[in-house]
Amino acid sequence: MAAAVRISLLVLLLLGPGGWGQAEPPRDSLREELVITPLPSGDVAATFQFRTRWESGGGQPWGQGVSHYRLFPKALGQLISKYSLRELHLSLTQGFWRTRYWGTPFLQAPSGAELWAWFQDTVTDVDESWKELSNVLSGIFCASLNFIDSTNTVTPTASFKPLGLANGTDHSFLRYAVLPREVVCTENLTPWKKLLPCSSKAGLSVLLKADRLFHTSYHSQAVHIRPVCRNAHCTSVSWELRQTLSVVFDAFVTGQGKKDWSLFRMFSRTLTEPCPLASESRVYVDITSYGQDNETLEVYPPPLTTYQDVILGSRKTYAVYDLLDAAVVSNSRSLNVQLKWKRPPENGYIHYQPAQDRMQPHLLEMLIQLPANSVTKVSIQFERALLKWTEYTPDPNHGFYVSPSVLSALVPSVVAAKPADWEESPLFNSLFPVSDSSSYFVRLYTEPLLVSLPTPDFSMPYNVVCLTCTVVAVCYGSFYNLLTRTFQIEEPRKGGLARRLANLIRRARGVPLL
Amino acid sequence: MAAAGAVAADLEVVRGKRAALFFATVVVVLGLPLWWKTTETYRAPLPYSQISGLNSLKLRLMVPVTVVFTQESVPLDDQEKLPFTVVHEREIPLKYKLKIKCRFQKAYRRALDHEEAALSLGSIQEAETMLAEPSEQAEGSLTVYVISERSSLLPQDMMSYIGPKRMAVVRGIMHREAFNIIGRRVIQVAQAMSLTEDVLAAALADHLPEDKWSSDKRRPLKSSLGYEITFSLLNPDPKSHDVYWDIEGAVRRYVQPFLSALSAAGNFSVDSQILYYAVLGVNPRFDSASSSYYLAAHSLPHVINPVESRLGSSAASLYPVLNFLLYVPELAHSPLYIQDKDGAPVATNAFHSPRWGGIMVYNVDPKTYNGSQLPVRVEVDMVRVMEVFLAQLRLLFGIAQPQLPPKCLFFGPKSEGIMTWELDRLLWARSVENLATATTTLTSLAQLLGKISNIVIKDDVASEVYRAVAAVQKAAEELSSGHLASAFAASQEAVTSSERAFFDPSLLHLLYFPDDQKFAIYIPLFLPMAVPILLSLFKIFLETRKSWKKPEKTD
Repeated sequence: MAAAVRISLLVLLLLGPGGWGQAEPPRDSLREELVITPLPSGDVAATFQFRTRWESGGGQPWGQGVSHYRLFPKALGQLISKYSLRELHLSLTQGFWRTRYWGTPFLQAPSGAELWAWFQDTVTDVDESWKELSNVLSGIFCASLNFIDSTNTVTPTASFKPLGLANGTDHSFLRYAVLPREVVCTENLTPWKKLLPCSSKAGLSVLLKADRLFHTSYHSQAVHIRPVCRNAHCTSVSWELRQTLSVVFDAFVTGQGKKDWSLFRMFSRTLTEPCPLASESRVYVDITSYGQDNETLEVYPPPLTTYQDVILGSRKTYAVYDLLDAAVVSNSRSLNVQLKWKRPPENGYIHYQPAQDRMQPHLLEMLIQLPANSVTKVSIQFERALLKWTEYTPDPNHGFYVSPSVLSALVPSVVAAKPADWEESPLFNSLFPVSDSSSYFVRLYTEPLLVSLPTPDFSMPYNVVCLTCTVVAVCYGSFYNLLTRTFQIEEPRKGGLARRLANLIRRARGVPLL
Repeated sequence: MAAAGAVAADLEVVRGKRAALFFATVVVVLGLPLWWKTTETYRAPLPYSQISGLNSLKLRLMVPVTVVFTQESVPLDDQEKLPFTVVHEREIPLKYKLKIKCRFQKAYRRALDHEEAALSLGSIQEAETMLAEPSEQAEGSLTVYVISERSSLLPQDMMSYIGPKRMAVVRGIMHREAFNIIGRRVIQVAQAMSLTEDVLAAALADHLPEDKWSSDKRRPLKSSLGYEITFSLLNPDPKSHDVYWDIEGAVRRYVQPFLSALSAAGNFSVDSQILYYAVLGVNPRFDSASSSYYLAAHSLPHVINPVESRLGSSAASLYPVLNFLLYVPELAHSPLYIQDKDGAPVATNAFHSPRWGGIMVYNVDPKTYNGSQLPVRVEVDMVRVMEVFLAQLRLLFGIAQPQLPPKCLFFGPKSEGIMTWELDRLLWARSVENLATATTTLTSLAQLLGKISNIVIKDDVASEVYRAVAAVQKAAEELSSGHLASAFAASQEAVTSSERAFFDPSLLHLLYFPDDQKFAIYIPLFLPMAVPILLSLFKIFLETRKSWKKPEKTD
């Protein structure tokens, strides 16, 4: 920044009429909420919701060119008025919500980026506004939304009705686009956090630490803007901005195979103080256990209130922590909600070490008790990726090997072996130390996998050019020769080195000369 | 038989030669033009000579000054000579390729009846309101009234008066050389009200070579079609302070009148926001003597960057943004004062950054903490804040303090905060700046296009260039005939068109095809085709030369 210069002289006399407009400015409001749900698979889902209401009255009550923002972020407010938006929904998601293992989500979003917007019916050129809007949003959220163009934009006619207040649903003002390849990362989270009134300094947003949030199986952040009724009679309209963020933590990986969790273990932060701007700030913990036995889990600190409701078709019980309630935070100066399973989960041990590209491979170790006469299938998903072009082996079409998996087992013996002296037994029998004579140790290996990866042809374009040119040149050359050369019958000549040599040999052998 | 064979062979040779020559002709006549045409880059013609002509453009800024003489202001026989016109021209010395001449065209005339009546009133304010009503003056023009030497309109020790509108009053004199003396006084006043070297030097600061005053001159914002003004209230400690500011009322009362007076210079949009937990980048030092915190002058440049990331870019427009920040320091760091270079606290507790905006520190009255629990409610005194912000706004727009001639009566601006002639002066400066910018842009575009022959020049780029050149010329013409408003409009068009041409994305399309790569593609085709043709041409040439030499030998 350029050097600052002070003002030491004031020349202005402000002769404005005195007295302040005593009318209280319309008060924007903020509510924040965190729901923590232990999932059936043992993972833990955390869903943040921040709701900011902008009591501007839907239109522009301050006239053209002047607008005032309090809690509502200016960047988004300017978008609403500039592009005459009625609704805006943007989600950026990494991973896929596995409904089969995790149950129904509160709000699902497709992987990648999804953007849909309703424009007001005053907009004349919707496509142009849509293009500009996506470009501006890509700047605000550092996402590649600028790749949204006519090839990936649709206008759904039946789904994607307005979520907020709407008097007309002429779908020609709706645009919808998805970019499945979009990768969500810290650079998208930072601008999202900046839109929060308390930034990430106080309240629930303290927990939003990027390196933990992206270390998860599922990460989805979204922004929803819609007009809502200000009161029950809906006499006036205000704008609602909902910022949601859902993550699913892999409890086994972070918790060494235990399903216990705490805020600190998940987010590496605890809640210290509520956001002073929020009118409501709560943490809900789903304590509906999956059997009916409530004794299996324990939440700490014990909740002051619980909340019961039918959510997504099933009865749920939530422990409620109200951050604005002084008792919750002041007890321990910080709130670190913990959930412990009293009975340790069965099937003890799973160790998984994810791969790092070019650094280390995947490692998955499981200790399983196999029931008799059963088939156990362990499947692991992997993604095929293109290598760097220098990393291909000299025969890349041969494929790449995936090392075999290993199965080490203690198999119970059918016949109880008599305890033998370890020193005296034959060597083939004493490779593995045996502690218990009723079982024996086996180590099995599976076949290695040969995976064929796509191999690019790096020099193809130039080869094509060269080949075509050579073909053309050869055709042209022979044609040219045919046309320009003169062909004559040549008289056989007398001499010649070859003939003389041949005659020399013939003479030596006594054969008639040529 | 042999002869017939030789004749046949000769015929063959001649046919071969003809075929080779035919090939060569086809390649030269058809192939080369075809290759040339298909690989040519389209370059629309540009007015290169006119653009290089712009560099030596001579600007003549004409200020029409009407000088009105009341009765008894000059000797009677001098009054007989009225009306007539005097031109005062002066070159403004600047180290810049544009030659700027300033020309005051003074039209002397007698006062009309209503003007006489107005000027014989008791006070200058009354006279001014009476004079202003009937005639609205054109932008850039001035009217100077010459009153009698003993008139009581001005206080006796004052020689002249400069009003907020485009009007001034000068005392006359009863002297033989009256016109000369009054003329000099009029020029003095007119210069103070319109063009001075400082104003033009500040406008051209970016184009002038560096000098020691440059940092001060580079304070004003660059000329643009519009500006966005953002007022931000920074509350780093919402746990202790619950800050309210009546920004709606303040904007309506103080900022809008100023901006509507300034609306000729561009479009303005105003918005405000409140940012919580936004802290300055510098930790203030504690001063135990006054038990307060202070920010030293040298640390002020580091204050802005961390705050700026929170301010948010303006998504809705491309205009430059002016930020005005009101910072309410956190409870742990209050009261907070800004120190100047000598260590004394700055009276306004504010500073500004050139071309960026201003920051004011607003300390909460310590009495409010007494007896009330946190957070305390803080009502911001908007008059105090807006005084500072409007003064900063004036500085950032380059509206400097007027340099008054000696013994001049001057009241300062009215409630809108800007005088009409200050606005005119801004428009003069902006027009000159726009012309300089447009000329520079066009010149460098022409240079670039001349240097790199790969660049495609589309028709719309060319038409923008033509439009910009025409607008520059029109603006220069309008300036020299004294039509400030239309000159300013034309200069803005010149800047817009020239920048649109310069930043047109189509200029970049073919830029990245270097010659060596092109030849790597050409050689496999061209070499096998060209070598036989060249060889046979060479052979034919050798044979013809031999056959020419033979007859010479026989001679």
